[in-house]
Amino acid sequence: MVKPQISGKAAPVSFRGVSKKFGKDVVAVDNIDLEVQAGKLVTLLGPSGCGKTTTLRMIAGLEIASSGKILIGDKDVTLLPATDRDVSMVFQSYALFPHMTVLENVAYGLGFSGFPKDEARERALAGLDLVGLSGYDNRLPSELSGGQQQRVAVARALVLEPQVLLFDEPLSNLDAKLRRQVREDIRAIQQDLGLTVVYVTHDQEEALAVSDEIVVMRNASIAQIGTPRQLYDAPVDRFVADFIGEANIIPCQIETRDGDTARIAIEGYRYDLPSRGLPVGPASMAVRPSRILLGVKNGFDATIAKATYVGIRMEYTLETAFGSMFAVQEDVYHPLQVGQAVKVGFAETGPVLIPGG
Amino acid sequence: MRTATTEQTTHPVLIFWIIAGWVGFCILPWYGVEDGFFRFGWLFEGYPFDEDYAPGAFLIAQGRKLWLAPMLLALAAPLLVLKRRKTDPVFAVVLILSGALGFGWLIAQGFGIGIRGFNFAWLTALFGDLGDRQFGMGYGAMILASAFLFLFTQGIAARGAINGDVFVVSAIGGVIVIVGTFVFFPIAKMLTAAFITEDGGYSVGIFAAKFFDDRLWGLGCLWGARCGVAWNSLFLAILVGLLSTALGLVFALVVTRSGFRYKRALRALTVLPIITPPFVIGLALILMFGLSGSVTRFVADLLGVQPTRWLYGLPGLLIAQTLAFTPIAFLVLIGVVEGVSPSMEEAAQTLRANKWQTFRTVSLPLMRPGLANAFLLGFIESMADFGNPLVLGGNFDVLSTEIFFAIVGAQYDQGRAAVLAVVLLAFTLSAFYAQRAWLGKKSYTTVTGKGDAGVHPLMPRGLSIPVFALAAIWGGFTVIVYIMIFYGSIVELWGVNNTLTFKHYLTAFSVKLGDNGLLWTGAAWDSFWTTIYIAAVAAPLTAAVGLITAYLLTRQTFAGKNAFEFGTMLSFAIPGTVIGVSYILAFNVPPIEITGTGIILVISFIFRNMPVGVRAGIASMSQLDKSLDESSLTLGANSWQTFRRVILPLLRPAILAALVYSFVRAMTAISAVIFLVSAQYDMATSYIIGRVENNDYGLAIAYSTTLIFVMLAAVGLLQVVVGKTQIGRRTQFTAGG
Repeated sequence: MVKPQISGKAAPVSFRGVSKKFGKDVVAVDNIDLEVQAGKLVTLLGPSGCGKTTTLRMIAGLEIASSGKILIGDKDVTLLPATDRDVSMVFQSYALFPHMTVLENVAYGLGFSGFPKDEARERALAGLDLVGLSGYDNRLPSELSGGQQQRVAVARALVLEPQVLLFDEPLSNLDAKLRRQVREDIRAIQQDLGLTVVYVTHDQEEALAVSDEIVVMRNASIAQIGTPRQLYDAPVDRFVADFIGEANIIPCQIETRDGDTARIAIEGYRYDLPSRGLPVGPASMAVRPSRILLGVKNGFDATIAKATYVGIRMEYTLETAFGSMFAVQEDVYHPLQVGQAVKVGFAETGPVLIPGG
Repeated sequence: MRTATTEQTTHPVLIFWIIAGWVGFCILPWYGVEDGFFRFGWLFEGYPFDEDYAPGAFLIAQGRKLWLAPMLLALAAPLLVLKRRKTDPVFAVVLILSGALGFGWLIAQGFGIGIRGFNFAWLTALFGDLGDRQFGMGYGAMILASAFLFLFTQGIAARGAINGDVFVVSAIGGVIVIVGTFVFFPIAKMLTAAFITEDGGYSVGIFAAKFFDDRLWGLGCLWGARCGVAWNSLFLAILVGLLSTALGLVFALVVTRSGFRYKRALRALTVLPIITPPFVIGLALILMFGLSGSVTRFVADLLGVQPTRWLYGLPGLLIAQTLAFTPIAFLVLIGVVEGVSPSMEEAAQTLRANKWQTFRTVSLPLMRPGLANAFLLGFIESMADFGNPLVLGGNFDVLSTEIFFAIVGAQYDQGRAAVLAVVLLAFTLSAFYAQRAWLGKKSYTTVTGKGDAGVHPLMPRGLSIPVFALAAIWGGFTVIVYIMIFYGSIVELWGVNNTLTFKHYLTAFSVKLGDNGLLWTGAAWDSFWTTIYIAAVAAPLTAAVGLITAYLLTRQTFAGKNAFEFGTMLSFAIPGTVIGVSYILAFNVPPIEITGTGIILVISFIFRNMPVGVRAGIASMSQLDKSLDESSLTLGANSWQTFRRVILPLLRPAILAALVYSFVRAMTAISAVIFLVSAQYDMATSYIIGRVENNDYGLAIAYSTTLIFVMLAAVGLLQVVVGKTQIGRRTQFTAGG
């Protein structure tokens, strides 16, 4: 007998002008357009209440869109209920059925997909094998650790070979160390099987680590879509800059523009960076805390307001003429003192101008 | 892999109901069979041509009852869309139309044509005299009505309601129709009966005359005469509500806020009202304080005073009902007192409040909604109580018994019974409404205890002394009352001949070994087995209806859900006497003609006890995380499969509880039952009341004691079984995170 292989049947997902309203005037998702390519892992990222989970649930069919169109593959599934969609989901709470064994849990969906019992069992075992849980098939979910339960939930979703696999904050119930491990496992399986995965999280580091593409959401609409690098290096606005990694938003003056390069000035400190199409005049820029240099010759004035030792680096809060800033320095052996005056400059790369302020 | 059902062109559920409809119309007898629901003698008595037993199709073929014919069209139409897709608009429209028209016509002809031809003068005027008549509907009509209903709901689902979920739409439709038929229809019928004059017309005047009757609203007691029944009921209910709440709080404080050792024994108190037939407390009081009661005679001998009948009337009722309903308040208040977060109280203490100040300024205010809830429950129970007033009322008339006497007594005045029932219903519904409006939401929230590691502080000393004293007195009294019940059942003739004897048990429950095996010669066996039989039939149905309703309420959102919830919980607030009267008025005539059968008893139990099932279901379903359902749905199960494979197995304890409680409540019920029993179907409680009325206390008490023990066994069995399942479940959930 040939051992069944779990394979992917990845399909793209697209949202065309989709909105979701709850009741009369609560708009959870407001007219979004979104393309998820087949075989990619796309993360929906945003603060709580931004509509990311609602978007995910609309892909699953657990919420039906109020308007707009949702396509999976080339099929319009807008009005199709969850039961009839070829999508499976891994829940934040795992939602393992406590009265069924691990194997019964994993085989549950296969039974409804028309597999004969033997094959369903074989496939479920193959699924457990894939997540590294062979031998656990007769246990109850309560007899597994949190991480193992997590993997059962993944196996249960995987064995159906769904067109799209959804993850709703899958790591939030795990402790910090396990998180890194599990997210790497998820990413590895996704890439091995070429699955289309939509992943919801509010943890930007997790999003950066696992995604092919990140969709940053804010107030029921999409703020920016891009690869982790694009979002980090070229945020479209203040919100994205601040949400993906931390950023200091600093007011500045664009003095001259030379093609794609702009020269900005902050209190007489000059710095060159990509202009991103902005005209000469007042502007804002986003600077990551790690891209700030302290104690340089050329720079603007600041005072150390707070200095915190966190082991692998020093964290400083700076007072400047235009407000406070946050900086981190690798050098923990020569900390700056509170009250000390320093010159502040920027590293060669990193700081970006923010369009639209 | 998954094939979407929306694209299939075969619809198994649809095919099932179409076939069911045809079976109902062409094979099963259309009209009700007189012999009984489960008797099949009709198969050999002229079926299928005899008019009494013929299916609808045969009647039409013989040229009779031609008004049944239009339903054929509604039944045939769905066949045309069998091969269409579910998303096709025609599919939905045809199903909705045929379902609605078929159902509507079935109802309309049922009400339009009765045992004397047309029921309404204008129909006769329009079509001339019918020259034919029909009786109550039977199997055929029932099945066909269900078929039409579910064709209709499938049509609605196909149009996209509730995401096109056939199971959920059908369940909602089913619950609405049965609750409408067996709760709202009889109540409406009763309301109209209140306006019917003696010659059959309708008049507001007659209602007003009966409504403003002095016997109802008179205030004579203010100057020494007698007060109206409505005032009596109201006054009694308020007193009982207050007293039982106060005593319930006392017991709850002892259990949760004191170092009292025997808390479990106190908790067992809460089982008492469940297993005690309502009038038994009254009987025990008579044994103690009645004219020949032991206490009365003892005091009379001691002080040389003449024994009086002081017990009969307000004092006796007050004591009996407070005894009966304090455990209910206790049950409610345990939850409330435990629900006050210990961290709040600890916070108050760290803010330098002493124990008494903490109790007064934090604990008590937080319990306020619970106290109001307990009061309203006591109020409703007292209003609805029928057994105690019947036994102990004396000259102190209350609404529930007045209704009974208006119907069965010499006066036989349906109109007056209806008016009294309306007043009673208005009182209980107002209380019910108040309870839901202010506090309804709170009763479902469960205390998880998560993140609240604190410990409840003990009661302040100044409070604990009176609380313990009260609890001891009342608890002792309760124990004595129950001992009296048992003792009374083995005494020859109470107060006259105090020799011990098992005579009463023998009269009631003797068996003889006859030629053909056991002979149940005892007087009580008939009603005993009937009670067990009816209760056993009603229990699973009650649990099923209750759990499905609970599922809809906790797991689904749909338009009008609040009204749906109110409607299903309403029957909790409808006193049994009102149900009894309204069932008699509604189901004595076609189209639903079931008085005098066992069915009407079963149905009355289902809808009287449905809220118990709903509450049990809601309580345990809200502890199951919704993501369990959702993950099942995304794994390809539909909502029915999810309900059956995920929800039901996890609800096993709730199902068992609902089963046992509806069984036990069906055994102890008296108020509705006493209107609905017949010679063939006599129930234990009504038999006992009959014995009491004949002053045959010994037998009545012996029978009651037996019932108490039977039910104690049932509840005990439940505790054992459910206790085990719950432990198994709990561990799974805690580890499951």
